[in-house]
Amino acid sequence: MKRIRNICAFFLILAMCFPSLTGCHGKREQAAFTVPKEFDTSRQYELTFWAKNDTNKTQTDIYKEAIRDFENLYPNITVNLRLYTDYGDIYNDVITNISTGTTPNVCITYPDHIATYLTGDNVVVPLEELFDDETYGLGGSALLFQSPDQSQIVPQFLEECSIGGHYYALPFMRSTEACYINKTYVEALGYTIPDIVTWDFIWEVSQAAAEKNPDGTFKLNGQEVMIPFIYKSTDNMMIQMLRQKNAGYSTNTGEVEIFNDTTKEILYTIADYTENGAFSTFKISGYPANFLNAGQCVFAIDSTAGATWMGSEAPLVDIAEEALVDFEIAVRPVPQYDPEHPQMISQGPSLCIFNKEDPQEVLASWLFAQYLLSNKVQIAYSSTEGYVPVTLLAQNSPEYQDYLSRAGEDNNTYYDVKIQASQLLLDHAEDTFVTPVFNGSASLRSAAGQLIEEVTKSVRRKKEVDEAYIESLFRDVTSLYHLDQQETMTEGKTDLGPLPATAKVLLGTLAVIWVFIFAYLAVSKMKNRKKSH
Amino acid sequence: MKKLLVMALAVSMAAAVTGCTGGTSTETTAATTAAETTAEAEETTESAAETESDQETTEAADVMSYQEYMDAELDTEVTVQAYVQAKQSWWENQATVYAQDEEGAYFLYNMACSEEDYEKLVPGTKIQVTGYKAEWSGEVEIMDGTFEIIEGEEYIAPALDVTELLGTDQLIDHQNQFVEFKGLTVESAGQDDSGNDVAFLYNWDGSGTEGDDLYFNASYNGQTYTFTVESYLCDSSTEVYSAVKALEIGQTIDMEGFLYWYEGVNPHITSVTVAE
Repeated sequence: MKRIRNICAFFLILAMCFPSLTGCHGKREQAAFTVPKEFDTSRQYELTFWAKNDTNKTQTDIYKEAIRDFENLYPNITVNLRLYTDYGDIYNDVITNISTGTTPNVCITYPDHIATYLTGDNVVVPLEELFDDETYGLGGSALLFQSPDQSQIVPQFLEECSIGGHYYALPFMRSTEACYINKTYVEALGYTIPDIVTWDFIWEVSQAAAEKNPDGTFKLNGQEVMIPFIYKSTDNMMIQMLRQKNAGYSTNTGEVEIFNDTTKEILYTIADYTENGAFSTFKISGYPANFLNAGQCVFAIDSTAGATWMGSEAPLVDIAEEALVDFEIAVRPVPQYDPEHPQMISQGPSLCIFNKEDPQEVLASWLFAQYLLSNKVQIAYSSTEGYVPVTLLAQNSPEYQDYLSRAGEDNNTYYDVKIQASQLLLDHAEDTFVTPVFNGSASLRSAAGQLIEEVTKSVRRKKEVDEAYIESLFRDVTSLYHLDQQETMTEGKTDLGPLPATAKVLLGTLAVIWVFIFAYLAVSKMKNRKKSH
Repeated sequence: MKKLLVMALAVSMAAAVTGCTGGTSTETTAATTAAETTAEAEETTESAAETESDQETTEAADVMSYQEYMDAELDTEVTVQAYVQAKQSWWENQATVYAQDEEGAYFLYNMACSEEDYEKLVPGTKIQVTGYKAEWSGEVEIMDGTFEIIEGEEYIAPALDVTELLGTDQLIDHQNQFVEFKGLTVESAGQDDSGNDVAFLYNWDGSGTEGDDLYFNASYNGQTYTFTVESYLCDSSTEVYSAVKALEIGQTIDMEGFLYWYEGVNPHITSVTVAE
């Protein structure tokens, strides 16, 4: 299994360098895209589609089948698929290819990443005109497949693709995070799992699960390893905790607010429970699913799109068969501070279309991107993991409803944990949120997780986490992620300050020269007049 | 007078051009800032290395033997001396390296390292590393380390034949070492889109493409084991990457590589030879 624990930092550096790279190529601006009146089917188009999968062969097969079906409908369009298993790799390659004018036509991406792509002019196609086009737009009259109209895309999922007042992406799939719980262990400890678990519940049960026998093994599982609570994405952990506490993270325009007292309070709590052996993270210990399935974890928080890895009967398993432990699993939303008003993050892949010199090629790209919203693709892909379709058309279709109703029929297509994870998001779609998107928002997201990672590591290394430590951590993370340059990243303009002395001298010289010129002209004119008289 | 004015205008235009160049200072500054940032980070790394060097001079006795390192608890600070055997990756002033001495091997994960220093870490180079002992999915490693190069001695570990240890509890005693496997038979790694058995897959389930990790299976004494060409360690331009893509089911092969661990043994293969 590839370890990609810290590679994101590399992409952040690239992102920070990106505005200067595009600056170097500023002369090669592309014209803004306008929708052609008619799609020219007499021509051949070759498109590239950079797609991300969750290291899941079924997903790659669905992409391939979707392309075959689309090419059958539009024989003049060929789609070349390039597969990725990591969003960061796509981001990296897109940035590299923007500067050389060799972007793909369509790619899977995150809105945070699009915000960086937008620092180049007319690089990404704004989609409003395409949405509204009566012929080729959403639900358009000339489409050769059934496409949702705009009202049939889940509104909050579509809104997540709006950046600076324009839609720059289509949602493709949506997921959230889920808390996968070893119910057998929780009940063995004398607790009952509520419908919505609270942070207090998680910490209390985790602390109880961390108790040891005199021989050093854990009371709960009799093993030498037990990490009661493991969080996969600490970025999401901090973001959701702050949101639930209504504390600052960032403003919509990119002003950083994360370094506040609530953040400190959260970090102290995490430090306390790490010290008790109750908590760790993916980056520090490993995949939550592996510990959960080995009976070495009680609460594993990961994406709903990771549901097929969770549980004794999971269709995908990464540990030796003899290490698997039989247990009953429960799926719940992420822990909450206020269970009456749950809040959870919305995430998942979106599709963006890159601008090209030929508007017909862009239109072909749009047709393909739109095809990925058709029911067949939406239902097939969402069924591979705990995703949900992004269109109401697909969600409400008899085929999808049938899929949901068959949870538990087998441990593959109808694996109950996977379908429960999807159902969780369907039930809580109104409770989801996203963080503001701006150039630099990806850095802030990483910084949020870094705070938790550093505190957790420090406690494990017997360092004291106190006020001085936290203040120092805030400074270090601010510097590491260049958050003190956020204003520049947001606005893209810098106050250049007063003119330097050399410039003032230069301008003064020019003024004097012009005075001489006018004086010379005036004198010449007067001489001529005298001559003519 | 006309000549004078033309001269003055020419001079002022030249100055204006210079001024325009200066006007692009925003871009230049941005690029410089990025460069400076990198430079600063490098300076920090160097400074950390220097500090480490000073400490090392005064605390030479703190260098652990391999056994002392293995006996140390997780999350404690450790200092070891070993010889670079292979470099896996370098990202943003952090290097991941396989190192070894005559006693055992170390996986140095995300060690602070400037790009310039990374170039110096050629196989055989002796280094002293201080970092924290950690375990990630079974892989014991030193993470968040700093290092200094120790001039003079060099050592390249010979490949240790662990073929007979496959499937035994003793294999983990050689974790991260440079090892070899001899006389294994290539088995099916899975099926292609047409349902035909294939000798390797891109990624563990075939979900990848050219440039991704290669996974392949080989058997010995009736047991099948999985091997990986880790694309950060050996990318698609390497001989081993091509060799694995050319494998055929049923061939007998010898392999060399590093004994990496991920939820069990997961050798990162660096060389494959088809037996005659």
